Amino acid sequence: MSKSGLFKSSIGRKLAMALSALFLMIFLLQHLFINLTAVFSEDAFNELSHFMGTNPLVQFVAQPILIFAVVFHFVMGMYLEMKNRAARPIAYKKVNGAANSTWMSRNMAISGLVILAFLVLHFIDFWVPEINHKYIAMAPEDPTRYYGELLHKFSNPARVVAYIVAFGLLALHLLHGFGSAFQSMGQNNKYIDGLKKFGVFYSIVVPLGFILIAIALYVTGLK
Amino acid sequence: MNLTLKIWRQKNANDKGSMVDYQISDVSPDMSFLEMLDVLNEDLITKDEEPVAFDHDCREGICGMCSLHINGEPHGPDKGITTCQLHMRSFKNGDTIYIEPFRAKAFPIIKDLIVDRSAFERIQQSGGYVSVNTSGNTQDANAIPVPKEDADMAFDAATCIGCGACVAACKNSSAMLFTSAKVSQFALLPQGKVEAKKRVQDMVAQMDAEGFGNCSNTGACEAECPKGISLENIARLNRELIKAKTAVKH
Repeated sequence: MSKSGLFKSSIGRKLAMALSALFLMIFLLQHLFINLTAVFSEDAFNELSHFMGTNPLVQFVAQPILIFAVVFHFVMGMYLEMKNRAARPIAYKKVNGAANSTWMSRNMAISGLVILAFLVLHFIDFWVPEINHKYIAMAPEDPTRYYGELLHKFSNPARVVAYIVAFGLLALHLLHGFGSAFQSMGQNNKYIDGLKKFGVFYSIVVPLGFILIAIALYVTGLK
Repeated sequence: MNLTLKIWRQKNANDKGSMVDYQISDVSPDMSFLEMLDVLNEDLITKDEEPVAFDHDCREGICGMCSLHINGEPHGPDKGITTCQLHMRSFKNGDTIYIEPFRAKAFPIIKDLIVDRSAFERIQQSGGYVSVNTSGNTQDANAIPVPKEDADMAFDAATCIGCGACVAACKNSSAMLFTSAKVSQFALLPQGKVEAKKRVQDMVAQMDAEGFGNCSNTGACEAECPKGISLENIARLNRELIKAKTAVKH
């Protein structure tokens, strides 16, 4: 096998899943930080959103990379899931999965698909109107419009509930995925226990942060 | 005790197969699981029925021949043992026990509960060895210094008996724990370093070609392994392959 064959091997494909996952986990932190500013300062949120929405590097470099990472992680994940299912054409009549593994580790495809469904909603909610506003309708940019639009979106309790469900599943996805990514990259050394503990912290705190911000914005909108 | 057994019966590789119910009585809790199946088979033979075909050999947990997926787990409910080391005291009077073959595309059924695990042998043959000149001037292996920690880890990896419980337990039928143990036992030792790059690439290529699934790090293999082979070996396998594939060729 040649050097170029890395991503043709099962291990190389898992490595690709891990690397795209790491990129998405770093993106989540950035997204959480911007959302968090909305709770504390209308001006800071508007300023950051205006920057992210108009900076050409963010719009035409970072954004396509992000979309590629999401699509890649989904397509590769589904491809591997199908290959894995094909590796056992006849199922067991009885499986005691709980005896040897966690629910979230066995159901990454389910949690992943719920998160994807949420991302579709998220795109229709925020991304499509943004693209329309900026590049199709060519509406004049008002750097103070973002906070109001955000509050308006979160005034709908159904949207808040969708957030809670999706981020609950994201927490489960991350609880397995974080440590799993490092294992796929071959990292199982003296730092792994600390990394796994940080992974549990990250997997709970980050999704919880998104949920609490959604609730806080809903409550703010009630006033 | 009296038990209901639900056993997978399949005449040959081409037969569709199905679960068949058997009642068995007067089972002693001191019997091993395989002895219980022996009793069932004697009963079937006296009734002029076809006995249940199952794999077994040493019956002391070292050969890796016995298999069986018992009540949803390879080698049954107890941890760190093979099926021959499972005893009927792990069950209660009146229990229903599901007995199925190890399921994987790469482990085709030969008959009833016997599966063909030669895919493991082909992985092993593709690189699970060190090339040593055995002309009579072979150097004493003990003359090569090995750090104690590495020797211990290599020995732990080498305790893999190739039973296939890792594949049977994995929801993806992945053979990563087996392959990683066979790669690790050499990767950790100076004798194995010489052929390390070729070995890991060839063994992973063979593993993929056999139709095993991909590892998704659920850890089911480690939990069900009768020899306690650790997931650390899989991380090492990943590391070895990434290293070999990204190395600059001269």
